Amino acid sequence: MSARDDVLARVRRALGPSPSAPEVPRGYHQAGASRDGDAVARFCERAAEYTATVTRCGDDALAAVLGARARAHGVTRLACPAATAWAVDGAETVPDDPPLDPRTLDSIGAVVTGSALAIADTGTVVLDGGPASGRRALSLVPDVHLCVVRAATVVWSVPDAIAALAADGARGRPVTFISGPSATSDIELQRVEGVHGPRTLEIVVVDEAP
Amino acid sequence: MSEGFPQAARAALADTQLRRNLAGATATIRARRAAAVAECDDWQELRDAAEAIKTRTMARLPELLEMLETRVTEAGGTVHWARDAAEANAAVAAVAAAHGADEVIKVKSIATDEIGLNEALAARGVRAFETDLAELINQLGDDWSSHILVPAIHRNRSEIRRLFARTIAKGRPLTDAPEELAEAARVYLRERFLSVPMAVSGANFAIAETGAVCVVESEGNGRMCTTLPRVLVTVMGIEKLLPRWRDLEVFLQILPRSATGEPMSPYTSLWTGVHPGDGPEEFHLVILDNGRTDVLADELGRQALHCIRCSACLNVCPVYTRVGGHAYGSVYPGPIGAILTPQLKGLHAAPTLPFASTLCGACLEVCPVKIDIPSVLVHLRGRVVRETRGRVTREGVMMAAVAKAFGSRRRYERAQRLARLGHGPLADQVMGRWTAMRDLPEPPAQTFRSWWRERQG
Repeated sequence: MSARDDVLARVRRALGPSPSAPEVPRGYHQAGASRDGDAVARFCERAAEYTATVTRCGDDALAAVLGARARAHGVTRLACPAATAWAVDGAETVPDDPPLDPRTLDSIGAVVTGSALAIADTGTVVLDGGPASGRRALSLVPDVHLCVVRAATVVWSVPDAIAALAADGARGRPVTFISGPSATSDIELQRVEGVHGPRTLEIVVVDEAP
Repeated sequence: MSEGFPQAARAALADTQLRRNLAGATATIRARRAAAVAECDDWQELRDAAEAIKTRTMARLPELLEMLETRVTEAGGTVHWARDAAEANAAVAAVAAAHGADEVIKVKSIATDEIGLNEALAARGVRAFETDLAELINQLGDDWSSHILVPAIHRNRSEIRRLFARTIAKGRPLTDAPEELAEAARVYLRERFLSVPMAVSGANFAIAETGAVCVVESEGNGRMCTTLPRVLVTVMGIEKLLPRWRDLEVFLQILPRSATGEPMSPYTSLWTGVHPGDGPEEFHLVILDNGRTDVLADELGRQALHCIRCSACLNVCPVYTRVGGHAYGSVYPGPIGAILTPQLKGLHAAPTLPFASTLCGACLEVCPVKIDIPSVLVHLRGRVVRETRGRVTREGVMMAAVAKAFGSRRRYERAQRLARLGHGPLADQVMGRWTAMRDLPEPPAQTFRSWWRERQG
């Protein structure tokens, strides 16, 4: 008997003929639950609690704001996804086409990406490997990550985000939830920001012109 | 386990440094969890849902495992099944051999600690690098995990500084500031992330419906390992499944809040098989039994498999917070370990663990999937007595005598008279260990029955 058949047979034997399978009570706040307040403002507040820097601006000011944030970290070159190049005033963007190898990303040291959506309750940005988010390595290897969040993509809750990703067909794509910069609490539970992932997370929330 | 919990606990309790490290760290994390949970006004509803999802998952496990296998395979992954540790280790080693990899990088994974993967790979000439900071600390110190979430919780900063100074940061000036210690690990591991061709991870969840595998982490080492190498192998216990994508909306809320006390952990990664042009070119999923089906066969005990390894039960446990994880003699310490280890390895391998608890119930109260640890502990205590103790024990004789005495009025009254006579030094002789930790109540000068009779007469 193969290991597969053996394990499955053991599972069936262990469970017996009719194991109880209760219906799932979903009394928690589900996707689409209506909420008072401004989700975008709440997102900015929550993301800032992780010591991510959050800047909010209009579409027309985006290039200038990205430029200012890049300068704040002494960045003059940034990698960016192949399909979506942002203009960053005063800095050069290097499209991921052909794909930049990890060492090149490491030496460029900064990246600007978009995102699929963001979660207000938890201050999380979600990247889905789509044209705006780019490949996973892009937003991982460089030490500075500038992440553009469209205000219209901010949802309230984790259930909202899970539902939105399913609706977008993102379930089969690589999905990364990012909540603040890389961190560890492994030494005496003291939080240290910046271990292996980007040490600096700069979030720029863009309000589209009506 | 070479020695039982009582002996190991006694040694741990004598280590004042360990007790200081533990008391400080667990108090910090308890407060963080409490604050994070208080933010959710639907916390109890989330727990109810999580409990039911896990119970349902176990009931439908065969079909869900097959569904996961189909989805992962459709997405370009390869699925391996392992009855035990040896088969799982062999599957990982075979992938390494196929790619000529003599080094692998690892994401923190208790399942791979359970099966002794690093040692098995080393025996085949493959060196495994732990990349989680705490796991790295333990690996460098030839030490092992004492906490599910913060495996080096028993170490303080100056111990870690001394360790790094003689290993990864030789000859470099280093203070004991956690920032500097983390930076030393970053520098040490960066080159390996960029060059090692194969990684091994565990899984927090896998979604049967879509084939997605999920890893929740903080440092970014998980993202590095699951993204940069050419080959990724994930070792996952059969119990890690969730039926539907939608179930993530529950578990991605309860896990981080219960574990680190954050609304979300810094990084949650999901991938499904192979994504051409993005991440590893090859993905292998090793589905592991290794005793889990034995746990599943115990109708009450099987809820131990619902555990999502948040470690909230450790941080509130009056026993764990004093003795630490090593005394449990297992990669699964604390209250959850006390019910999981004896069931996974067999009661004979860990007969003292179900007794390593005061049954205070704090663990049940914080468990995000509502595992009734106290009830399972009591159940396992019964099983230990029935299944592993052939010999006559003093406690057994005593209980039999008590049962007989309570069986008739005459015998009961005679026992009461005897108790008044025999209380004191004699009782300690007879009762042995029973009274080592308990006070025997002082019998009153006159019993209620004799008082009642006098009053009537």
